[in-house]
Amino acid sequence: MKTIAALQQIYENMQETLAVRQGNAGKRQILICGGTGCTSNHSDDIAATFDRLLTEEKLQDKAEIVRTGCFGLCAVGPIVIIYPEGTFYSCVKKEDVAELVEQHIKKGEIVTRLVHKETDPSVTTLAQSNFYKKQTKVALRNCGVINPERIDEYIGREGYKALIKVLTEMTPAEVIDVITKSGLRGRGGAGFPTGRKWSFAAAQPGAIKYVCCNADEGDPGAFMDRSVLEGDPHAVLEAMAIAGYAIGSHNGFIYCRAEYPIAVKRIQVAVKQAKEYGLLGQNILGTGFDFDIEVRLGAGAFVCGEETALMTSIEGHRGEPRPRPPFPAIKGLFGKPTILNNVETYANVAQIILKGADWFASMGTEKSKGTKVFALGGKITNTGLVEIPMGTTLRTVIEDIGEGVPNGKKFKAAQTGGPSGGCIPAEHFDIPIDYDNLISIGSMMGSGGMIVMDEENCMVDIAKFFLEFTVDESCGKCTPCRVGVRRLLEYVTKISEGTATMQDLEDMEELCYYIKDNALCGLGQTAPNPVLSTLRYFRKEYEAHILEKRCPAGVCKKLITFSIDQDKCIGCGLCSKGCPVKAISRTDYIATGHKLASFQVDGTACVKCGACKDTCRIKAIVKK
Amino acid sequence: MGKINCTTVAFRGTPEQEKELREKLQETKKMQGGLMPSLQAAQEIYGYLPVEVQKIVAEELHLSLEEVFGVSTFYAQFSLNPKGETAISVCLGTACYVKGSGDIMARIERELGLTEGTTSADGKYSLSATRCIGCCGLAPVLTVNGEVYGRLVPDDVPKILAKYKNEGGSL
Repeated sequence: MKTIAALQQIYENMQETLAVRQGNAGKRQILICGGTGCTSNHSDDIAATFDRLLTEEKLQDKAEIVRTGCFGLCAVGPIVIIYPEGTFYSCVKKEDVAELVEQHIKKGEIVTRLVHKETDPSVTTLAQSNFYKKQTKVALRNCGVINPERIDEYIGREGYKALIKVLTEMTPAEVIDVITKSGLRGRGGAGFPTGRKWSFAAAQPGAIKYVCCNADEGDPGAFMDRSVLEGDPHAVLEAMAIAGYAIGSHNGFIYCRAEYPIAVKRIQVAVKQAKEYGLLGQNILGTGFDFDIEVRLGAGAFVCGEETALMTSIEGHRGEPRPRPPFPAIKGLFGKPTILNNVETYANVAQIILKGADWFASMGTEKSKGTKVFALGGKITNTGLVEIPMGTTLRTVIEDIGEGVPNGKKFKAAQTGGPSGGCIPAEHFDIPIDYDNLISIGSMMGSGGMIVMDEENCMVDIAKFFLEFTVDESCGKCTPCRVGVRRLLEYVTKISEGTATMQDLEDMEELCYYIKDNALCGLGQTAPNPVLSTLRYFRKEYEAHILEKRCPAGVCKKLITFSIDQDKCIGCGLCSKGCPVKAISRTDYIATGHKLASFQVDGTACVKCGACKDTCRIKAIVKK
Repeated sequence: MGKINCTTVAFRGTPEQEKELREKLQETKKMQGGLMPSLQAAQEIYGYLPVEVQKIVAEELHLSLEEVFGVSTFYAQFSLNPKGETAISVCLGTACYVKGSGDIMARIERELGLTEGTTSADGKYSLSATRCIGCCGLAPVLTVNGEVYGRLVPDDVPKILAKYKNEGGSL
């Protein structure tokens, strides 16, 4: 166990090393992303190659390797950043490592070939890049900066200072007061004021209370919480201990998605280190406060993101939600007062304690304070993790940070809030993003997934995709969700197949509102949102499917046909060779000026995979 | 929560596996709400959760088999079927879906003659859908025995499958 003085010493010892990452002269540091995206792209091999070469060339005192969490710009991984220059190398392969060692480490010259390409060619660092420069890092402040598996690096970045401050200088009521005044709202989706939640639980009598962390990021296509756990796990532990002190709890649970093996490992390492340092466990830092954390793994159920379902799951049962009230703050996990916040919410807490409520409240809009992390994905150039002050416009996120839709395609909509949210069309490009604005335009903040769609995405198909997901994930406890959402899916399927009537559309809309009003939990109540929001902005697309039996985006398979323009076709036969079902055959027709006979598609055999269209070099394949 | 497919594959658990499981259960049964960690441990040992294994868990934790079965069929991660030697999983999360992972899934189904959520009769291949593994920057992605393949187009599928066909020896 460490004393407060010993922690202060660790903090001071780390300053020299960390200063290099701010650009101060010193031994070179090679930061290599160890997040899920870059690891899947073999960043482990890159690190191993660096390690081997540095050893072979006896360069260990010239440079060291630091495995970090996510830098954010996953689109161009694996990412390597070399300090003190801060040179941002993207799409690095292990074959490139020798050159980096030879030129950058040995001679101190930047390897221009591998530097991330920016519109301004003089930009060579991540901080100056288009992707990064309009962001504000609070929850992600340590991601891509520290080695998450070294507690000393976290301490060097003022880690656990907030916990010390709380335990030695503040009363629980003062802690709750600061969090309340900061205006922090839950980042998991619903946006409930965190301070109020804590005050309800604090007001409950009893010696046993629980602090839970929702790390079961279920929104498919969102990875904010994973990145925080992978890049800065101690920030979550510190915040949970602070919350425990504030409400009078001594036990915490982190419920983590099992599909995130790296996050699970990092959080387990972090818990172990924090216990060794006496920052978790009995009598923390000699202050007499006890707090312990246990990590539990989810098992792949979307509904377990709902707070009561999550608690039922930790208790070891089927993760079905419970009616509220009683709210968890009164009667939660194992029947005791419980607070549940998500990872990103916790990641803000220590900063608020250290820098004050006013600092946090100075960022954002009137009712949404601070920053929000979004996982930007889909049809966008810069896929990755983005943290922006609340109130930033969608245009800034998509056009400036994300650098627009690739391949010259037109932006159609951004989907936020996952299966509970909705689509934001181009007409709302300039709306400041905050909790209330997003709800007013029929979407929601959600946990922070933001999927960009272009003109080639069909909105009926997207609605169908989300309904298939919710039908699959409905726990089955209440009828509006179990049966109602399935009926919704049947309507949307009919529309996508061109067999629906306008009456069906009307009935479907009515059913949406019925489910919203009557489902038991938040997930059921929001399940119709993808349908309602696409209907609100893209009703014409639904009508085209119903009235004209046509899918304007050319996605819904039952409504599209492939044919070959016989006069354009040069008879090369590439399409026929590539057709997986042999539905393309040669005709007798030779077009004027061509030497070979044209091909044709057998509509009954065609499975509409589109392989022919991709292979045809003269664009003779017509999709309708 | 989908349909329940109980396996027809004969149970081939060994006494060593059972011993390992029973030892592990001595720890997990002491945990508050220890059923999920118990089942996770069991699946780690056997690779899936046949009814024979669920019976052992029920017995050790003093729970009814009905309760254990209820939990094991509720969560997508628990599998009542053995996975194939080559376990293929296609991400159908939103980011992958809008970039065409549905077409990737369709292509694999066609190439292998399997449908999503099943294992081939000879136990060589299994195909499943997953909802986001968190590397949306590489969308669309699939994993084969945990190895991630990203930025795919349907035509990449035969190449990837061929790799495992050769490595796995026979098919």
